[in-house]
Amino acid sequence: METSGLNFILQAAFWVTVALTVAGASIAVFPRNILYNVLGLALALTGIAGFYLFLGSLFVALMQLLIYVGAICIAIVFAIMLSRPLHMEALPRPRAKVWLGILGSAVFFIGAVSVALKTKWLPAAGHVYNSSQWSVQNIGNALLTRYELVFEVISLVLLVAIIGAVITAGFSRRISS
Amino acid sequence: MNCLSTYLIISALLFSLGLLGILQRRNLIGMLISVELLLNAANLNFMAYNRFLVSDPVTGQVITLFVMGLAAAEAAIGLSIILALYRKMHSINIEAAQKMKG
Repeated sequence: METSGLNFILQAAFWVTVALTVAGASIAVFPRNILYNVLGLALALTGIAGFYLFLGSLFVALMQLLIYVGAICIAIVFAIMLSRPLHMEALPRPRAKVWLGILGSAVFFIGAVSVALKTKWLPAAGHVYNSSQWSVQNIGNALLTRYELVFEVISLVLLVAIIGAVITAGFSRRISS
Repeated sequence: MNCLSTYLIISALLFSLGLLGILQRRNLIGMLISVELLLNAANLNFMAYNRFLVSDPVTGQVITLFVMGLAAAEAAIGLSIILALYRKMHSINIEAAQKMKG
């Protein structure tokens, strides 16, 4: 009885997370007001962090909250404030383009779902699910041994991106003023 | 509920919403938001495969972390390019940016 009650709560929480994520993604795509889009994106990213929790990885969920919700959404809000798209005229969208877009993404959705449902997914030979293997310690070990080169290259890419962002935003100010 | 195909369907839904956003929006910041949705759908897939299929438990998480780092770099560069475009053209509409074709 006790476990079934717990199971029910887990199920309910899972479907609430699904609903939040899908609602956030729709808000991120459909409204014309760009601020609603950013708030919907934050909602969807928080829902995805919840999925990571359900998948058993607390660390990646926290990273998702920190990097995406905390950093990228705030950066997008800053860009909106600096470029003031709210005061611009919103031209009507051409109908044909909207319908072609809907058609393309619907075709992709149907294809991906049918592939996901038709394939017989078999776990790999050594697959055991054991939450102790998902610890931060293991991730850190992998990052500093097997994936160390990738780790370093990612930090280099981030450094170059930051410098490039500063130069791109700063130089154009000097030119236009 | 907690099985592989649920996660695959959810991430397919997120991916197609992001694709729809890229295809139909003309606001550059809106397109950037849609790109973030696409990256997150891919991340969710990596994590789900990692949890349910793969024998080595850290690979998917490490790849997810790398994708997050790349997404941060992409957002920084994209937003600064959008700001530079706005200063030049006073618009962040993608049709205004087509003037760069010359």
